[in-house]
Amino acid sequence: MELHVRKVSKVFGTKAAVDNVSFSLREGGFVGVIGRSGAGKSTLLRMLNRLTDASSGQILVDGTDILALSGRAKRDWQSRCAMVFQQFNLVPRLDVTANVLHGLLGRRATLPTLLNLWSGADIDRALSILERLGIAHEATKRAEDLSGGQQQRVAIARALMQDPALILADEPIASLDPMNAQIVMDTLKRIQTEDGRMVIANLHTLDTARRYCDRVIGMRDGRVVFDGTPEQLTLGVARDIYGADATFSESATSTDIGALSTDRDYAAAMLDD
Amino acid sequence: MVDAPASLHAPADYAALMRRKRLYSGVIVVIFVALMASGFRLADARNAGGFIDGIGHVFDFPAEILSEALRDWRNLPGFLLEFLPSLIETLNIAAVSTLFGTLAAGVMALFSTRGLALWPRLVPVVRRAMDVMRAIPEIVVALVLIYLLGTGPVPAMIAITLHSTGALGKLFSEAAENADLKPAEGLASTGASWLQRMWFGIVPQVAPNWSSYALLRFEINIRASAILGFVGSGGIGYDLKTALQWGQGKYDEVVAIFVLLFLTISIVDALSDRARARLVRGGQPA
Repeated sequence: MELHVRKVSKVFGTKAAVDNVSFSLREGGFVGVIGRSGAGKSTLLRMLNRLTDASSGQILVDGTDILALSGRAKRDWQSRCAMVFQQFNLVPRLDVTANVLHGLLGRRATLPTLLNLWSGADIDRALSILERLGIAHEATKRAEDLSGGQQQRVAIARALMQDPALILADEPIASLDPMNAQIVMDTLKRIQTEDGRMVIANLHTLDTARRYCDRVIGMRDGRVVFDGTPEQLTLGVARDIYGADATFSESATSTDIGALSTDRDYAAAMLDD
Repeated sequence: MVDAPASLHAPADYAALMRRKRLYSGVIVVIFVALMASGFRLADARNAGGFIDGIGHVFDFPAEILSEALRDWRNLPGFLLEFLPSLIETLNIAAVSTLFGTLAAGVMALFSTRGLALWPRLVPVVRRAMDVMRAIPEIVVALVLIYLLGTGPVPAMIAITLHSTGALGKLFSEAAENADLKPAEGLASTGASWLQRMWFGIVPQVAPNWSSYALLRFEINIRASAILGFVGSGGIGYDLKTALQWGQGKYDEVVAIFVLLFLTISIVDALSDRARARLVRGGQPA
């Protein structure tokens, strides 16, 4: 899959959340998007999935401008472009398997899905995906009864059910404890390497970006200010992305970005988010 | 992260703010008292026999009915049985209207809730439509329909359904406004259609609240259905009107009908109270 983002902007009122962003992704790989809260990372991902409409620009996927799609064609794109959210966005009252099967909602006739009628093959596939992610034993539990880390894995299972070429992950580990965060990141990485799917993840921490990504895009105030490999992500570059007044300590290994910065404005921005 | 307005830091300004608040409260109390006084004066002036003079005789009519019923108390059990079929008709009208009203209100609520509506431009249109349905009293609709369709339970059903749709639609929409949008957003990201997003993402969240409102509406509709009997839509209201118009000699029937209505409404009220408490608490014991 080839993805070209061309001069994409999103304006809320008078403020440009995403400002003339361009980049291209040719082969798969694990792409991290980093930046402060409000840098436009989420808006960018939401525009890719068409949850948010762009104000201008083009996003070409294998030659088709997905920003121009509407109706059925737009939903077809959404069903090929899976998304994982910070708050998991599952249906809390439904069981895990039903939530995974929701990955097929865009591709099956509406009426049977509303009655929860799925073919045996679909159910088998859902269960085997849960098996692969190590949560098959939770298949009949309600989603809301699972821990955060387990819910995020159910969300990834739903994404896999879509059999997507591209998986978008919007702060997938920001609500998780360090251990679950690692499990979720390892899962995403495994899906990317084993299945050859492209993953674009918004990440809060430099640390995670360095460990998992093949390529890192740094955003600041809606613009791309860095695009390169994790090795190129030096302290100076990080200051560019997070603001020149931010103080970093190279030894910081915490997954809490707050610990990376003593800047008061920065902490305030985090709390506002 | 925004600092409070600077004026609030000064004690003098705070005191001024409080004085202004107290002044507004005082003005509101004065307006309220004036409205009350003028309302009573108007009632007294317009009432044929005089509102103040008549107030002593308020209980004369009920007393007459009760004394006759007490004299003929032996007839009561027979009448209770006799009027049971019309009571069931009244309940039927209320139940059917509540059911159709709830379904229609659910659809209209989703169409009129910002952030959920399939066609956002139609939100104000659907809202105004519900306002109109809510604003016209059931009895007006019923009278027009009885004129067009003739007497019987159908005009009452349509009238009550319309009113229920308008009234429930607004409540449903308010409940849906507070729904968590994350599940629906997650479904949207998979390419789910609007119907699928609503059905899985919103309806499960609002179902307890919606059912609770619908049960409450059922109680209200029993009363409405009984009242519409007065204008010729059948049911126990019609029997009540006939007995009341007959006057002395049939007051025992009037009392029997009142007893039936009172018992029914109390029972439905108690049952739905329990059901609603359970729905809102999500099946957890108290």
